[in-house]
Amino acid sequence: MTPNSAVRQWRKPHFIASPWLRWGLILGVAAYLSWALATLPFDWERISQGIPRAARIFGGGFPPSFERYELLFSGFKESFQIALLATLLGVLLSIPFAVMAARNIAPRPIYLLGRAVIIVSRSFHPVIVAILFVKAVGFGPLAGILTLTLYSIGFVGKLLAEEIEEIDWGQVEAMRAVGASYLSTLIYAVFPQILPRQIGLSMYQLDSNLRASAVVGIVGAGGIGGTLMNAFGRYDYDFAFAILLVIIAVILVSEGVSGWVRRRVW
Amino acid sequence: MVTEPVSSRVWIRYNRRERWTRWSIMLLVCAVLVWAVRDVDIFWPWVWDAPVQIHSLGERMWPPDLRRLEEIVTAMVETVHIATLATFLTIFLALPISWISAQNTTPNRACLWLGRFILVASRSVNTIIWALLFVAIFGPGVLAGILAITFRSIGFVGKLMGEAIEEIDRKPVEAMEATGASRASVVLYAIVPQVMPAFFAVIILRWDINIRESTVLGLVGAGGIGVILQGAIDTFAWPTVATILCAIVLLVLAGEAVTSVLRRRVL
Amino acid sequence: MPGPAVSLLLVWMLLLSIGLQGIAMLEITQLVKRYGRNDPVLKGLDLTVEGNSVVSIVGASGAGKSTLLRCINRLIEPSSGSIKLNGDELSNLHGQALRQARRRIGMVFQGFNLIDRLTVMENVLAGRLGYVSFLQAWRRRFPQQDIERAFELMERVGIAQYANKRADELSGGERQRVGVVRALMQEPDILLADEPTASLDPVTSEQIMKLMHSLAHELSLPVLINIHNVAQARTYTERIVGLRHGHMIFDGSPAQFDKAALEEIYGGIEAPDETTASATAEEHHG
Repeated sequence: MTPNSAVRQWRKPHFIASPWLRWGLILGVAAYLSWALATLPFDWERISQGIPRAARIFGGGFPPSFERYELLFSGFKESFQIALLATLLGVLLSIPFAVMAARNIAPRPIYLLGRAVIIVSRSFHPVIVAILFVKAVGFGPLAGILTLTLYSIGFVGKLLAEEIEEIDWGQVEAMRAVGASYLSTLIYAVFPQILPRQIGLSMYQLDSNLRASAVVGIVGAGGIGGTLMNAFGRYDYDFAFAILLVIIAVILVSEGVSGWVRRRVW
Repeated sequence: MVTEPVSSRVWIRYNRRERWTRWSIMLLVCAVLVWAVRDVDIFWPWVWDAPVQIHSLGERMWPPDLRRLEEIVTAMVETVHIATLATFLTIFLALPISWISAQNTTPNRACLWLGRFILVASRSVNTIIWALLFVAIFGPGVLAGILAITFRSIGFVGKLMGEAIEEIDRKPVEAMEATGASRASVVLYAIVPQVMPAFFAVIILRWDINIRESTVLGLVGAGGIGVILQGAIDTFAWPTVATILCAIVLLVLAGEAVTSVLRRRVL
Repeated sequence: MPGPAVSLLLVWMLLLSIGLQGIAMLEITQLVKRYGRNDPVLKGLDLTVEGNSVVSIVGASGAGKSTLLRCINRLIEPSSGSIKLNGDELSNLHGQALRQARRRIGMVFQGFNLIDRLTVMENVLAGRLGYVSFLQAWRRRFPQQDIERAFELMERVGIAQYANKRADELSGGERQRVGVVRALMQEPDILLADEPTASLDPVTSEQIMKLMHSLAHELSLPVLINIHNVAQARTYTERIVGLRHGHMIFDGSPAQFDKAALEEIYGGIEAPDETTASATAEEHHG
């Protein structure tokens, strides 16, 4: 149209519009990476032996050996028992803690207490809690059950408390208007509303506890983790890989089952 | 007004069949419970003694010992480094895997199943077990920790990203294909913009989880605060253990605060 | 099995027995409600309701209608003033005493406020929660006479066939009938209705108003209805109270409620069409 005008240019606008911020971010990331890599203690000599060691481990691990299937079976049975008992205990106990930690139905001091319990029990990885319980109550599945109960209270309690904070308040108001007591209001107006969520979370937690029960055994809290740790410690890599394969299979099955149940809860 | 007479004035919450179902489910749960309680290898006197023991452990921890604070802070920084570097590495490894394991972008079926296998294997093996393996290979230290966290994160990020890719709107993809664009351009123009928010959300979420996970790596020798924690527990230095536990709570809370800020700013 | 005539007789006797509990009286004096440091929503309101009269409270959104009703059963704490039901002061009750007072005050809500995931029967029986123990409530073991009363009232309003359906499967009009029955299950001395028809379509809303009107007379129950629809207020109530900015500025029969009164209540705030005054939802705490 206008033959004399300059060639029109178009370039894609950058993802981050301000060039200062963009270059600042790139520089920042580069600086962070170099700082982190420079300060972290890497033992390069030991790392360089990694490849032959990996070859030896995987060579020793294949084919996986199921010879000691009895040990494998008893380990898994214990893991399953730990997960089951911890889930039941944890889910039951999570209900009062969730009620305590819901801002809309708990008085202020109780709310703060409930929140504090949930925050602390969620901050610690189950393995750390397991170590402490092993020191307090000795080696074995008891420590595992206590650990995973606490873990379940933290997780289920938090999500349930959030669910309670989002309920339809009109139903609570209606129960107050008929003169229902606090407990009756809870079971009529609050619990029916959170029930589907509660069932879904319990199934999820059972699955999650089964996974975690495989690792708390590493620090001596019972279950298949201890068996795995021993196999690794004694360089029985073929048995260790067999355990790993079964762990993967069990977790896939439990994930499938828990997903199926959760889909069926409307 | 009475349309149909109500046959009886009896009302029970559940009918006969529902009651039977409820009772049988309850019975089943109780049976499993009884089996688990009786069969599990618990030494019952320890159970009754547990509250006393836990209380006495708590007493031995008080007051927290701040003398090794400097060492603890250094280890904390190392823990954060492990989590961050591993998350960074995960981005590069997880994205191609999520791409081949999403049904609508995978090049062929073999790639799809390979991708899914990697994701499942990565997710099913816990970070600690990955750490155990990498400590055996590369020796104790932060590298084993970084790799352990990375290998566990790949499955998490890859699965969620794969789902995000599968849930994208097909229409822009069709429009791009209709223009005769190459496969790579289609991905760049039609898919990447759609999954960008999900990508940031998943990475931020995983970084938060990784902070928690990296606090325990040291228990199997893979670096971070866990090394000091294990040392303190082994030497029965309970006041130091208490300090470390407090530090971990602070770190996790700080991590949560940072991620919530990031979420608000980025998403 | 009793024939329809007998059951009708039973219903009539039941309704009579509720009605014979005496003439109820609600006296509100100098009621003030103030949220925080803001201008009060209610500014010294006086209102007396006696016997089996149906009273409608009209006023623009934010005039204090909802606050007034909720102060009566203390879902909202009044700032000052006195509320007396049959001579008993309600405004200073706490705990158990407050719950016992609330049993005598039925309430019907704009959003029905049913427990969606429970059955219609459980929702209706929930009206008895102030009377039964926690354990009974938990196990759903209500006294037989409660269950009979529930069936009779449900037949009266035409929802008995839904007893074992979940409440969220019902239509809006049916849900509000459940709400009304739940309130009547309390054997209340007075019934409060907060915009009971505002979430319903015009035809259903007429039906519900008609139902509440006839129930009030069958049970000799005073009823206070917050309502936006001026036409319905005229047709189905015997007394109209007009609120504006927290003051009562009209109190009279529908015949006295003329254009001037309407103008005084709504004027300058909104202009409702006199016949189909807007049925828009007023916020709960407005």
